[in-house]
Amino acid sequence: MWLAAFARGIEIEVMKKLFIIGIKDLTLALRDRAALILMFAAPLVLTLGLGLVTGRFSGQSDNNGLRDIPVVLVNQDDGRIGAELVNVFTSPDVGTLVKPISDTDPAVARKRVDDDKVAAAVIIPAGYSASIIPAANNASGVPAGDKKIEIYVNPAQPVGAGVIRSIVDEFVARVQAGRVSGLIAITLLIENGLLKPADAAAYGQDFGRRQNGPAQTIITVRRTSDAGTPPPTVDILAVLAPGMALLFLMYTVTRGGATLLAERDNGTLARMLVTPTSATQIIGGKVIGIFLTAVVQVAVLIVGSGLLFNLHWGDPIGVAALVLAVAAGATGWGMVIAAFARTTAMVGSLGAAVMLMFGVLGGSFGDNFPLPDFLLALGKITPNAWGIKGFTGLASGGVLGDVLPNIIALCVMAVALFAVSVWLFRRNGFIKQ
Amino acid sequence: MSGILEAHNIAKSYGDFKAVKGVTFGIEDGEIFSLLGPNGAGKTTTISMLSTLFAPTSGDATIGGHSVTKESMAVRRIIGVVPQDLALYEDLTGRENLSFWGQMYGLGGAALKARVSEVLEQVGLTDKGNQRIKTYSGGMKRRVNIGVGLLHKPRLLFMDEPTVGIDPQSRRAILDTVKDLNRQGMSVLYTTHYMEEAQELSHRIGIIDHGELIALGTLQELTRSIGELETLRLHVTEDADAGRLAEALRTIPGVTRVDAADHQAVLTAPDAEEALPAVVSKANEIGIKIRSIDIEEPNLEAVFLNLTGRALRD
Repeated sequence: MWLAAFARGIEIEVMKKLFIIGIKDLTLALRDRAALILMFAAPLVLTLGLGLVTGRFSGQSDNNGLRDIPVVLVNQDDGRIGAELVNVFTSPDVGTLVKPISDTDPAVARKRVDDDKVAAAVIIPAGYSASIIPAANNASGVPAGDKKIEIYVNPAQPVGAGVIRSIVDEFVARVQAGRVSGLIAITLLIENGLLKPADAAAYGQDFGRRQNGPAQTIITVRRTSDAGTPPPTVDILAVLAPGMALLFLMYTVTRGGATLLAERDNGTLARMLVTPTSATQIIGGKVIGIFLTAVVQVAVLIVGSGLLFNLHWGDPIGVAALVLAVAAGATGWGMVIAAFARTTAMVGSLGAAVMLMFGVLGGSFGDNFPLPDFLLALGKITPNAWGIKGFTGLASGGVLGDVLPNIIALCVMAVALFAVSVWLFRRNGFIKQ
Repeated sequence: MSGILEAHNIAKSYGDFKAVKGVTFGIEDGEIFSLLGPNGAGKTTTISMLSTLFAPTSGDATIGGHSVTKESMAVRRIIGVVPQDLALYEDLTGRENLSFWGQMYGLGGAALKARVSEVLEQVGLTDKGNQRIKTYSGGMKRRVNIGVGLLHKPRLLFMDEPTVGIDPQSRRAILDTVKDLNRQGMSVLYTTHYMEEAQELSHRIGIIDHGELIALGTLQELTRSIGELETLRLHVTEDADAGRLAEALRTIPGVTRVDAADHQAVLTAPDAEEALPAVVSKANEIGIKIRSIDIEEPNLEAVFLNLTGRALRD
């Protein structure tokens, strides 16, 4: 009985040492001004900057990201197709994605774009429908000619403008597909004697009406919850904020790894080794220090970005678990980098390279880097990829259960990398009993 | 007195290089023992093995009855170490540094707080305790560095050249602290290449050179071992060749050793005053101008010179 209690006492003493070293490292990290700038200020500023670039803070957004994209519609067409395109922008299927306003003057619409009032202007020219559907007096059934919809985009709001362009492109593609199939059908019917050339125009108009009838879905906002609940929306900042947090998390863990080598260079490691503390405890303490610093950083950035950018991260338990998991996964990488490098300078340069590489592979910069499949697969080794997906999932209404695979992957990553770092430390003689 | 430390033929090699070639000595309870030797003699390597920082290649030592190779944790609980280079966290305050290292020695709670305050007072930094180390002067940092080694009241304190590179006032304070600690019953293993420090502090002295302990005893025993030789220190002008003077002085009858260093020629003789006329005459003969002459009683410098043929500062 007393022996078990004694053993427990020793275990507590061992664990206590780990936290003594860890808390010392956390204190030192929080007193390093340069580190504070890179840990906290830089990710928030970059998130803000990228938010501005992507048009997140433009227009009359209610801070929910890709919704209420302002667009001005100028419909000069007197036919059905122009009206249908306008209906698409106001249909419930597009939901709150766009916020259209109407105008009659293309010049005024373009001015609104130039003044950064809207993301794009969609100008449907007069006679657009007639250029698709043959007129009643057209005996051949062939449409009158080409008319093009003009999309006048705002370069300051590239994401919003891109969405408007996608909606119009999708609409035009469907209209063109219908037009071609209509022409082929009429030609085949006339050739086979099933349709008189004199009836071709009327048939073509009827075909056009059927092709462009109501309820043509152009864009549908995906619903992941039951009908009746509001559809989830993904804010671009819900991707960028964790992206930047995890990008700079790699800086933090690399810096933490470098402190282990700095302790060796400054003589504090040798001094620790002549106290009643084992080398394993010291390494463990350093791991705890990196982990605690990483947790504080990610937690502050997640809470901070939530408050600054009015982001809703969702299930708090899921968020807390994910914060711990990404900190653990990144800590593993920090230890491996420290074990691999021989000097603090080498950790610095290696860490910077890994930070940027993981940022690109793991999606910290959004989907702006089109990567081949094998690099996308390689991205799975980064805490960034698992973490960003997890936080975005939670922000979209997910719960702990939804991000459990991400958490498990990050924990496996942490354990595996810690084992690798211990092996490397032993191999290079850093850990000697 | 009983022995707090017994070192038995401990040696350390790095490949073919033998840093310490089998050193045997003991330290009694309550004793200040100095290891005196020039830079690179093996002092720090010896202290590192004894403080369990790394294992000897061969041999062993016991501290408080515990083997440094087999019972390192037990040894670490009863020793304190003051390393040659500062080993502190610059961004922590003096108090925080002491508190951290105190916890590493197993102190905690109110006892830790009280002990930190005591040590700050002991090293004369009570009023500066809440300032970060990076704001301290070199001497103040040295004092905190020593304070860390005292936190857990060790039975044996290792001090590795604690006065290197500091001002005379701070050096004086450190030497006084060592004497105070010893008066309180602490045993001290003190390494230095300053003869004066070893002479002032030590109950016994071991002279180490090229990894070998070449002499061991009290100051009296060591000086007596070279036959009560006196030292004659000749300071020459900066443009003069002290080496040439040393060569010339070797021919004088009665001179046992001659060495040259730092615009000085140092010789030992049974009676320095008797040798003095011949020395001056020889200097004039070869055209070297002597600026001043010191005659020193038998000391460790003379012992080292006599044993190695080199001055201690080489």
